[in-house]
Amino acid sequence: MALPNGAYRGLLATVAAVFVGLVLWFVISLIVQAKPAFSTLGFSWIVQKTWDPTHGKFGLLPFILGTIETTAIALVLAVPIGLGTALALAYLVPHRLRASLGTAVELLAAVPSVVYGLWGLIVLAPLCREYLEPFLTSVFGWTGLFNGPDQGVGLVLAGIILFVMVLPTMVAISRDVLAVVPNDQVEGAMALGATRWQVLRKVVVPGARTGLLGGLTLATGRALGETVAVALVIGNSPYIAHSIKSPAATLPSLIVNNFGEATGTELSALFGAGLVLLVIGVGVNAMARALVRSTARGGAASVAVA
Amino acid sequence: MIEPTPPASVEERVNFNTGEVLMNPSVGEPIMRLDDVTVSFAGRNAVRGVTFDVHQGEITALIGPSGSGKTTLLRALNRMHDTVRTASVTGSVKLGATDVYAGTTDATLLRSRVGMVFQRPNPFPTMSIYENTVAGLKFNGVRKKALLDEAAESALIAAALWDSARDRLKAHASTLSGGEQQRLCIARALAVEPEVLLMDEPTSALDPIATKRIEELIGELKHRVTIIIVTHNMQQAMRVSDRCAFLLMGEDKAGELIEFGPTAKLFSEPTDPRTLDYVNGRFG
Repeated sequence: MALPNGAYRGLLATVAAVFVGLVLWFVISLIVQAKPAFSTLGFSWIVQKTWDPTHGKFGLLPFILGTIETTAIALVLAVPIGLGTALALAYLVPHRLRASLGTAVELLAAVPSVVYGLWGLIVLAPLCREYLEPFLTSVFGWTGLFNGPDQGVGLVLAGIILFVMVLPTMVAISRDVLAVVPNDQVEGAMALGATRWQVLRKVVVPGARTGLLGGLTLATGRALGETVAVALVIGNSPYIAHSIKSPAATLPSLIVNNFGEATGTELSALFGAGLVLLVIGVGVNAMARALVRSTARGGAASVAVA
Repeated sequence: MIEPTPPASVEERVNFNTGEVLMNPSVGEPIMRLDDVTVSFAGRNAVRGVTFDVHQGEITALIGPSGSGKTTLLRALNRMHDTVRTASVTGSVKLGATDVYAGTTDATLLRSRVGMVFQRPNPFPTMSIYENTVAGLKFNGVRKKALLDEAAESALIAAALWDSARDRLKAHASTLSGGEQQRLCIARALAVEPEVLLMDEPTSALDPIATKRIEELIGELKHRVTIIIVTHNMQQAMRVSDRCAFLLMGEDKAGELIEFGPTAKLFSEPTDPRTLDYVNGRFG
């Protein structure tokens, strides 16, 4: 189909305008819906500690902390395990196994989050209470982060479920970006007498760092925003957790657990929580972009050949 | 900043991996011996039954048309085929007293004794010029800054890159021109103090001026290291090499050695008519 240049331009501009319009509409509605909360409560409620709608208190601090803590636990587990798995898939596993393992990873990425949540609540929570939490307490108890009873549900389990959920994403993306590090880099290192491990650590991982950061950003975004699975396993307590074993809540779990009965200022405060979540997400993205920009210099693509 | 000093004399140089003191090359003695070397991929021969000696302190050129197995043969000499699952190498390759393919020979250690420069300059893009130069030493466990500095300077001087790079050692390797990048790759290989340097068409990605400089450099380097160079450019082989191995694809699509001998003789009065045809440009 031959369209004149002007028509192409018009078509693309229209499609792009629809997209921009949707984003603007969404952000503006979020702000409009959250506005009553801000006009009634000012701004300080965002960082206040108490969530008690019946007494007009809508402090978001416990949920902001819960969101950050669960995401942090997930990433602490996902970064080394995800990177290691990706390296194995890209460089160590025999070729005939790579395809089937790769499919398994993609399958895990496609599991709906509510299924992970259910599995976490029914299967993992008892194991966590009986074995994992006592073990963690005995090993890391001295840090003071593991006080209180073993309950199964709580920050630890939510972090673990998020880890399981973001792992396939991280592995799939990391594997792909590690696999495209140019072979002449790998051979260059080998020819200098590098061991296989040195090749991976000094050449392959640094060569792929931009893409690896991209994978990490996507994983962080997913962990920050995950709702149902977290709501099922975190215990949903509106108080600041004083132990990693405590029940807590995140911004998404707060919203999904409360929107049904919320009216007036409470509903508006939930939209406010959504706005805060959006700001955190955008902030993480901006940070990742800055990191990528500062490390992209000297990336594989910039080596010139005369 | 390190002060410029002349490169370490031949007698002082040691291989950083094995700690062996490198002997003053007694020019002309065989340092690598290939005996009936065959490389095959998935059971199909790529190069078959090659036998010749590489003489110490000399430049040996592998010439022949595309598909004659030059590069395949070269990569067999430092066991680069190890990573290819379907590859197999038979026959014997000896480096001094070391049997390259013996089960007891450590391939990574071997590669610190037999360096390699590739067709396209492949400096590590995430490392600076300095880091690239000392990368091989670091892989081999050298940590002392003074040693690294000294080796970097010596290698960059030997690769004729010191004058242009000394003031920007911390700059990324990607800021160098293509010819400079290739000289950096040569410096990187020299820094490990290999006994043999394999060069796989090292000028094929470079312009004529950069090519000329690399060729001059190769001539200077033979006092430091034994060189085996693959080239499809007969003028280049004639200009730089002492001995030449002429390979040709045989009936079964596998490369075979047609003639081996001093370069001057191979080009002026070859014994095999096929060599004569090739060096006179009648095919290939």
